[in-house]
Amino acid sequence: MSIDFKLNQNNLSRRKFIGIIFLAFCLLGVLGAMMGLISLLIQVILQGYEWVTPNLIFNYPSRHPEQAGLWAALIGTLYMMGLTALITVPTGVGAAIYLEEYAPKNWITSFIEINTSNLAGVPSIVYGLLGLSIFVYFLKLERSILAGSLTMSLLILPVLILASREAIKAVPRAHREAAFALGGDKWQVVKMAVLPNAFPGILTGVILALSRAIGEAAPMVAITALVYITFIPVTPMDRFTVMPIQIFNWISRPQDDFRGLAAGGIIVLLILLLSMNSVAVILRNKFQKRSEE
Amino acid sequence: MILNNEQNKSNIILRVKNLSFYYGAFQALKNISLDIEANKVTAIIGPSGCGKSTLLRCFNRMNDLFSKSKLEGQIIFDDLDIYSQSIDPVLIRSKIGMVFQKPNPFPKSIYDNVAFGLRINGFAGNYDEEIERALIQSALWDEVKDRLKDNAYSLSGGQQQRLCIARALAIRPDVILLDEPTSALDPIGTVKIEDLVNVLKNDYTIIIVTHNMQQAARVSDKTAFLLSGDDRCGILIEYDYTKNIFSNPKMKETEDYITGRFS
Repeated sequence: MSIDFKLNQNNLSRRKFIGIIFLAFCLLGVLGAMMGLISLLIQVILQGYEWVTPNLIFNYPSRHPEQAGLWAALIGTLYMMGLTALITVPTGVGAAIYLEEYAPKNWITSFIEINTSNLAGVPSIVYGLLGLSIFVYFLKLERSILAGSLTMSLLILPVLILASREAIKAVPRAHREAAFALGGDKWQVVKMAVLPNAFPGILTGVILALSRAIGEAAPMVAITALVYITFIPVTPMDRFTVMPIQIFNWISRPQDDFRGLAAGGIIVLLILLLSMNSVAVILRNKFQKRSEE
Repeated sequence: MILNNEQNKSNIILRVKNLSFYYGAFQALKNISLDIEANKVTAIIGPSGCGKSTLLRCFNRMNDLFSKSKLEGQIIFDDLDIYSQSIDPVLIRSKIGMVFQKPNPFPKSIYDNVAFGLRINGFAGNYDEEIERALIQSALWDEVKDRLKDNAYSLSGGQQQRLCIARALAIRPDVILLDEPTSALDPIGTVKIEDLVNVLKNDYTIIIVTHNMQQAARVSDKTAFLLSGDDRCGILIEYDYTKNIFSNPKMKETEDYITGRFS
């Protein structure tokens, strides 16, 4: 008995060759991206590591680089992120629940859907100017931390709504049906069967959205007007600055030392961002395990 | 007729009268009438796509969840027209429970799964007692009594399905709808569910949709045979005691189907 492999052999080497070329392209892409990122990181760390001192973290900004610090900006960033999360999470998740679970499937809903996706792609400076005219001037909130948080909320709401909707959509139909079949009304089904399931995904959306907000400088340029702040904000109506603005300010100074300081500031910002993300990732994994296994 | 006499003595819990059902423009069921006896097992059989599950879902108004569905005719539950304007489907579903094709426990503990319906319905009594009762009734108690706090997904497929039955029993429904409850299970799990159905009919009325004719013959007292024609619209061909359906069917279509001569 003999099996004729001839036909298959003909293009086998060719197919394998194409496969290898494809793999090479993919690797090249990964390498390129990694190289860019790593060289950027190395440069920042080399330039800034000696500036990461208690002074940098606990001092107010100063004209003298060796005394200048991020304290006001660090607290401003944390304050603003907290307020932004308080505003965004309930409204964003609420909007997602409405759109996924309650909204009738008609043209108004699809119009809102399309525009939510579009809004996620609008340049952030546009949100800054919008916030400036609505919150700062029209609503007379001044250049306060509340105005900044509201502006940031507008910026990240579309991202959060999209992510939350995906998470809610991914809840198996079987769980909804089971809850309905037990005599649940709409809200009970959403509360007890849908949301617990969607929670890890929603949390991911919150992480992504807040990570975007923490590094945004452009809208804050418009809102804070780049002022020199030597106090930490106490009430939501206080003026404030944030870390990207402080870093931007230092980079634009002529002295070399300020550039080192800026690199140090970037390192602190990166550490803050990474620790925020890892806390959220740990939280999410914990909940995901609970809901899957 | 002997059959009529037997029917008169028995106790009808659900009456389907001239039921037609539509998904949008597509008619899925046409002019179906049948009476379901209390404390009996009624099987609904028929080939794929004949509307068995659709008919089953009419009994607890699960089809309401599809926005474009429409129903004509009546289903009378005891004395109540369950499709009348004044009836809230939520109430119907707490009296007519359902178990689905694939085991679908919630990603919660075994205890919380059974408690789910009780919590939803605002049960104020002793949860531990009710949950124990439901798990005993579903023949799962001995296997899980020491691990009630474990996640439901740690159970085998067959155990998960009995958990889903316990979850439905916990809220003390009158009727239980089983939608192909063993199609995702292995033979051992299947036997356990079938044994359970035989016991449960003492306390509940059971309607079971099944692909498996042997299963219908084994577990049911009465059998309804549904068939859909070229328009894919399901009609009731024959409804009778299971022994008659399988030994002496009146309709040629029924005979063809149960003998496997079906094209």
